[in-house]
Amino acid sequence: MPVIHRAIPALRRLRLSNTAFQQQSRLQPRPAQVLRPASQIVQLRHQHNNTEKAEASTSAGGADHSPQEQPDRPQSKIKYTSESYPNLKRDSRFKEVTADDVKFFRGLLGEGSAVLDGVTQKTGEEDFEAYNADWMRKYRGQCRLVLKPETTEHVSKILKYCNDNLLAVTPQGGNTGLVGGSVPVFDEIVLSLSKLNTVRSFDDVSGVLVADAGVILQQADDYVAQHNHIFPLDLGAKGTCQIGANVATNAGGLRLLRYGSMHGNILGLEVVLPDGTVMDDLGTLRKNNTGYDLKQLFIGAEGTIGVITAISILCPQRSPAVNVAYFGLESYEKVQEAFKEAKKQLSEILSAFELMDHQSQDLYRQASGAKLPLENDYPFYCLIETSGSNTDHDSEKLNNFLEHVMGEEIVQDGVVAQDETQLQSLWACREGISEAGQHFGGVYKYDLSIPLGQLYDLVIETRERFQKNGLMGDSDDFPVKEVIGYGHMGDSNLHLNVATRRYDKEVEKAIEPWVYEWVSKRNGSISAEHGLGLAKKEFIGYSRSETMIALMKGVKGLYDPNGIMNPYKYI
Amino acid sequence: MSKLRILVPVKRVIDYAVKPRVNKAQTAVETNGVKHSMNPFDELSIEEAVRLRERKKQPVEDILAFSAGPAKSQDILRTAMAMGADRGIHVVEEKTELEPLSVAKLLQKVAEQEKSNLIILGKQSIDDDANQTGQMLAGLLNWPQATQASKVEIENDECTVTREVDGGVETLKAKLPMIITTDLRLNEPRYASLPNIMKAKKKPLEKKTLADFGVSSEKRLKTLKVEEPAARQGGGKVDDVDGMIGKLKELGAI
Repeated sequence: MPVIHRAIPALRRLRLSNTAFQQQSRLQPRPAQVLRPASQIVQLRHQHNNTEKAEASTSAGGADHSPQEQPDRPQSKIKYTSESYPNLKRDSRFKEVTADDVKFFRGLLGEGSAVLDGVTQKTGEEDFEAYNADWMRKYRGQCRLVLKPETTEHVSKILKYCNDNLLAVTPQGGNTGLVGGSVPVFDEIVLSLSKLNTVRSFDDVSGVLVADAGVILQQADDYVAQHNHIFPLDLGAKGTCQIGANVATNAGGLRLLRYGSMHGNILGLEVVLPDGTVMDDLGTLRKNNTGYDLKQLFIGAEGTIGVITAISILCPQRSPAVNVAYFGLESYEKVQEAFKEAKKQLSEILSAFELMDHQSQDLYRQASGAKLPLENDYPFYCLIETSGSNTDHDSEKLNNFLEHVMGEEIVQDGVVAQDETQLQSLWACREGISEAGQHFGGVYKYDLSIPLGQLYDLVIETRERFQKNGLMGDSDDFPVKEVIGYGHMGDSNLHLNVATRRYDKEVEKAIEPWVYEWVSKRNGSISAEHGLGLAKKEFIGYSRSETMIALMKGVKGLYDPNGIMNPYKYI
Repeated sequence: MSKLRILVPVKRVIDYAVKPRVNKAQTAVETNGVKHSMNPFDELSIEEAVRLRERKKQPVEDILAFSAGPAKSQDILRTAMAMGADRGIHVVEEKTELEPLSVAKLLQKVAEQEKSNLIILGKQSIDDDANQTGQMLAGLLNWPQATQASKVEIENDECTVTREVDGGVETLKAKLPMIITTDLRLNEPRYASLPNIMKAKKKPLEKKTLADFGVSSEKRLKTLKVEEPAARQGGGKVDDVDGMIGKLKELGAI
């Protein structure tokens, strides 16, 4: 593997017309994938398997390896959610999908690929894997029917039918969620928005983009980029996740610091309610103080009260001048100081301030084989991005800032990207962590809002906990490989990941609900940007009062009286 | 054993990751407001020079980064110095894009003045893709040359250069002074670290003009027209197997 990774920068320059080199590159797995980890996780996993296979067959010298022995389909080993959560029982009110139902949906959506049917046809379970299993390989539903509507009207008719017949529905976007919210628990029908994928309009004066829910985030961003605008959301899974689902889960991501949350940027939504009613609030106005702002309810509702079919979103001007720097620091105190200085000196051009601890970078290095930017190791790293309209102005500010933090010894060492390639490799050090966390088997992810001063204490205490209880160690005997902390410093948002070699209830018991109690005591949030889904459902009480939860249940009951929308999750 | 005095020419070009666009008049590629960086092959040259010093097999006395072009080329020279070059010379030329022969003549003069005994150049710059300067320079100086190097070793004034050729590698040997041009596999350029960026600001950077070297910017070639390649015909998506078979039949493929 190292050889391949050493060739990455070179491979990325393939366009430099070296044909001999291109030929050779075909022999290598496609390393560009390393750079967009979360989004391409499936291919990447596949790539690793290929490598393992190649090695096995060469070293064994033609020894008999039947294909079944190869870890070709690791997904099939994922336990059913119903097995890993034995307390969850299928709600008997819900009807099971019958041939008549399938006939109705076929009549509506046609005989083509818009209906994936395992009820009346012998469609293999593996065809449903992509819809049933989440990418953390932690949850797995048992759905046997996937519907892919192409119009809002389709969605409306589907939901009305399901509501009338008490068929449970799980709306699904790119299925990159981290809390098991996007996959069915039992046999819920998966309503995939992937075919609702047209950009409806873009106004380059106001910057308002109106697009279908199933447009992939990267495509939406590429689209507005042609008009020198930027989609106000960016996250590691951008090549796969869909913008409607991003809104439905109120995704935060890497640039929230600069552009704010979905609640501020969404100007309008088109939503289909469970009874088939289309709520057309697809406005493009920034100001509209007339009555309850209902669209806000659907932002972060995780498909429990309706299905978002289109969004209208305000896109800011794209900054032509982007700089990225990566620092090594000796303590968490210094990280906070650096953040203060960055806000002070870079102010309006600061667009990201990300924290990574040494363990997270080391894990990324192990998982990807990439070389880290700094020569020496430091306990903490941070990544700073500036975006502005004038390169000279930004460089001057950035240079002053760099001189200051180096001179005052706030940072120990650092690098600044000199070109686009380096810029992307520096970002990969941050974006690649999420995938690295689960590279060695599994991962327990905690996405927490904690007051900045205490943010990193939790990682230290968690690590101590696992050292004491003997679950963490260097060999395969220990389920826990490493405890890592990273996240969006600028938003007081910590990602605490317990990287494991396998999923183990002992690990979960050791950390839950302890971690939620810890966060609750400090008035933090148990889910900063990942949402509730199935994983955090029962812990909502740590972050919301009983009154709040009762009000939320009231909303759910009002919009979805039959409870068919994304059941067993959320609240 | 002589001490190495390495000359490394670097060029400021449109960042390789940026998609170049042809200007409206179709006379050139649009450069206004487009991100520029060091030519990637030149990054390899600087990196190799610095590594030769770090390997300590033959002492390196001086690494001189050289660039000819508009005032902004200074940024590239500072980057080169942040990566490890000792000093820089900048020939300021705002108006004309120099042709490889003019650049080679400039470099010949610089090499003579600076008593360089090793010149490492990128095999080509990614804007004009000429792949000529190194070779012309070798001719002008009458030095041995090894192009498209994927490995360089220097010991006792003797350079061993490995080049990748069709279906294998070729190894060349020559005595200093020597011209080497770099290829992608040679090394992986380092990041410019903060302390080195600071230091680079204090390293000497001389400004010169073409006249100082007695070289003219006269062009031998005239660009008639610059055009984008024809747009690729997009592929189509089929819904299912039947759709695919239908399409294939339509095309007469089956």
